Amino acid sequence: MKDQLLQDGKAVGDRMSRVDGRLKVTGGAKYSAEYELPGLVHGALVGSTVAKGRITSIDTKAAERAPGVLAVITHLNSPKVPGFAAKSNPDEPPAIGQPLRVFYDERIYFNDQPIAIVVADTLERARHAAGLVKAQYAAEAHQTNFEANKSKGFLPTQARRNPKSAQNDYTRGQADGYQSAPVKLEAEYWHESEMHHPMELQSIIAHWEAADRLTVYDKVQAVKGTQRAFAKDWGLPEQNVKVIATFVGGAFGNGLHNWPHETAAIIAAKVTGKPVKLMLTREQMFTMVGYRPKTWQRIAMGATKDGKLVGISHDSVGQTSTYEEFTESTVQQTRMMYAAPNVTTRYRILGLDVSTPIWMRGPGEATGAFALESAIDEMAHLIGMDPLEFRLRNHTDTDPEKNRPWSTKYLKECFQAGAERIGWNKRQMKPGSLREGDWLIGYGMGVGTFGANRGAAKARAALLADGTVLLQSATTDIGPGTGTAMVQIASDALGLPTDKIRFELGNSLFPQAPSQGGSSTVNTVGSAVNDACLALKKKLQELGGASFANVQPEQLTLADGQLGLKANGGPRLSFADLRKANNGQDVEVTVESKPSGDARQNYSMYSFSVHFAEVRVHTMTGEVRVTKMVSCADAGTIVNQKTAGSQMSGGAIGGIGMALTEGAVIDDRYGRYVTRDLASYHVPVHADAPPVEVFFVNKPDLLVDPLGTKGIGEIAIIGVAPAITNAIFNATGKRLRELPVTPDKVLLA
Amino acid sequence: MENEKPQPAPDCPGHNEARRTFLKQSSLLTALALAPGAVVRAAAAELDEKVAAAFEQVPLKLDVNGVKHKLSVEPRTTLLDLLREQLHLTGTKKGCDYGQCGACTVHVDGKRVNSCLTLAVMQDGRKITTIEGLANGDKLHPMQEAFIKHDGFQCGYCTPGQIMSAVACIREGHANSEGEIKEYMSGNICRCGAYPNIVAAIQEVRSGGQKV
Repeated sequence: MKDQLLQDGKAVGDRMSRVDGRLKVTGGAKYSAEYELPGLVHGALVGSTVAKGRITSIDTKAAERAPGVLAVITHLNSPKVPGFAAKSNPDEPPAIGQPLRVFYDERIYFNDQPIAIVVADTLERARHAAGLVKAQYAAEAHQTNFEANKSKGFLPTQARRNPKSAQNDYTRGQADGYQSAPVKLEAEYWHESEMHHPMELQSIIAHWEAADRLTVYDKVQAVKGTQRAFAKDWGLPEQNVKVIATFVGGAFGNGLHNWPHETAAIIAAKVTGKPVKLMLTREQMFTMVGYRPKTWQRIAMGATKDGKLVGISHDSVGQTSTYEEFTESTVQQTRMMYAAPNVTTRYRILGLDVSTPIWMRGPGEATGAFALESAIDEMAHLIGMDPLEFRLRNHTDTDPEKNRPWSTKYLKECFQAGAERIGWNKRQMKPGSLREGDWLIGYGMGVGTFGANRGAAKARAALLADGTVLLQSATTDIGPGTGTAMVQIASDALGLPTDKIRFELGNSLFPQAPSQGGSSTVNTVGSAVNDACLALKKKLQELGGASFANVQPEQLTLADGQLGLKANGGPRLSFADLRKANNGQDVEVTVESKPSGDARQNYSMYSFSVHFAEVRVHTMTGEVRVTKMVSCADAGTIVNQKTAGSQMSGGAIGGIGMALTEGAVIDDRYGRYVTRDLASYHVPVHADAPPVEVFFVNKPDLLVDPLGTKGIGEIAIIGVAPAITNAIFNATGKRLRELPVTPDKVLLA
Repeated sequence: MENEKPQPAPDCPGHNEARRTFLKQSSLLTALALAPGAVVRAAAAELDEKVAAAFEQVPLKLDVNGVKHKLSVEPRTTLLDLLREQLHLTGTKKGCDYGQCGACTVHVDGKRVNSCLTLAVMQDGRKITTIEGLANGDKLHPMQEAFIKHDGFQCGYCTPGQIMSAVACIREGHANSEGEIKEYMSGNICRCGAYPNIVAAIQEVRSGGQKV
């Protein structure tokens, strides 16, 4: 299946199939644990069985004697990691504190904290021997009960130290000015911790190729960040650490941090002198690789009877660990989403004896939107107004937080498109009005927003001897189709068909790119690819000499194996001649691309989405079925309608899990998760997934980046959960403010 | 493709010898179980290694994607781990080890099976088809083509299991409606949420009438 340029010469916007599709459907795509290395051995972790305290003794004799075992490593015999002595690690996400130092000392900070790694010649032998390690503890009283400790929530240290931190308290107008409004509501919202649970288990192969040269095949979203982190840990020059993540089997944020198991495998490889493969179990995916933190929120809202918001106050406490302060932007969209004159937000975190959370798709905003968009729906109901109309009355065409214009905002277009497609006119103002047999039917909506971020990135572009162009950048692809989008962008920039272009990623040897996170990859890396392609054309133009001297690079094309003008006629130079002019070498450029000018100071840049849900709620069992979803996005230019559509509908389905099924539960007596597999923690399956209709406004935002893209990944899920709970209210008259909304909660409400 | 691939396991005592040792140790353990606690504890510490070492390797013949293998495996080795770790057929994915996610789905004698839930030794003499064996040389299976066309994946990790399950779903006659497909594909989890696209791919192959 060759993908050709569209007739108008544009690859961007095409529904091109993925460039790595064939590898993914044939089993040819290699994920972290799937590299064959000579002498490779297997690791298995042993986890603590208390949530807090000290290891007093650890018996490894039986494990050491077990067949095939090469090493049993604990804090007692682990080589010291040089970087562990440092107090903080600047390459980690902006959290205060230090990532868990695995096998560093006898301290236990959370249940199932790795206390040993067993290395053996086969996986079976490693796992068996891991079960033979026995530890004794001096357990201390642990705190894992969020509700009981909620009042201990504190202002994050970064906010205390930096008055400009967005995590500080915020007030516009009167503090808690909602109180003066004629119509008021106050409500609390909860959700349990949510686990990323990518289908690929967190895995690493660690290989010391020499005493001072480390290679890891690692499931991460940032190959460069991981390279820097491990180089620092081991006191190595960065170029001595190589990180490979060619394919990443989903991540949703949990590859944005480096976790204890990674260093455990690196230590094990050091001790045994062999490449060590370590793949976590599904149970371990609950306990040591991050999660969307359990969060409490309170919204207080005031409005006039004719539907103008007077004020919103939004308070939140989010869970973190005792050794790292994880923060996210739970309350921040409340400051900019609606034209309320009085807005107050207060964000706190609560350190418990658990492992550290990490950003999960739509981090913070997805949590905050559940509370804000629920409250908007509640207020609309209180004043007897259609919630879509209520949102329109409080729509704002400038950013009320920063007092400046939006770069672009087409949220109203999204409202209209979504309302038509879901059939909003079928929605009845009175809850419980629509019924088919034992099923009550309801409609709900929820709005999402996320910053249209762009950072700095580099890309390399090379015209090879075979007439194809190779592009490289050290980004990753956790699933959105990064390589495909980059090839499309390059195709337009070069005037070269997509099947003549290859994009390589996921290798720390490639030019610098940031982590794949925060919906910013196409904005950031796409811009770098675009710039690299333009620079390549410029270099070719220079090699072309006098005949191309007075031509702008934009007028040039590489079509048909030669450098020429897009318009007919004019000079032509074959690739072979250009190479000759370049002394027979590949013509190659590496460029850095970053936002320039003051647009980011003068405009507020956000993607927007609105999600509409149709639900059926069973009157006898409380079962909720989402029967249709419509997700509309103002995400700037859509590079690929097919893959972007998949990303949007996938986010909506993830949101169904957040709304209805997903919640990790700790037994506070032991401080240990009782949800420990995919049978006790329910992610959506085929039968849970309705048709999702996706609509893109598809208007470029050229203030964000030269391509006009704004980002999709986060807004795909932000606002989905409240759309569903609002639909449940419309169906039943029951207001569910605790996620996940399992049938028991529906029945008891 | 007939290609005998005998794979004697290194460091493995002869099967008969191993079996004898195992039986000896088993009887010893039985005796120990009846002995006073302190004696058992003292003896058990010494016995750890021997008991474990006595796990024998069992001979196994498998036809994997048309290639005949003569293998020697531990009885506790799952079909999934055999495929991935010993035969290096890593297209079959590990997602949970508990039969809850479907990423490890393969065909055993044409029927879909969670390869993490079956021990390799239970499949002696059977024909195994993995994702690597689904295409006809360079020509993709219609289901593989349909997954690409309908974008039935994002990260691609669950994809081999989804495709193997999807082929079986049609063969079983369980792909007659969208609802039926969703029900019979619910053992295959896709965290990226590509479900509607997967269902569309299956419906197209089902209605295309090609032999799957």
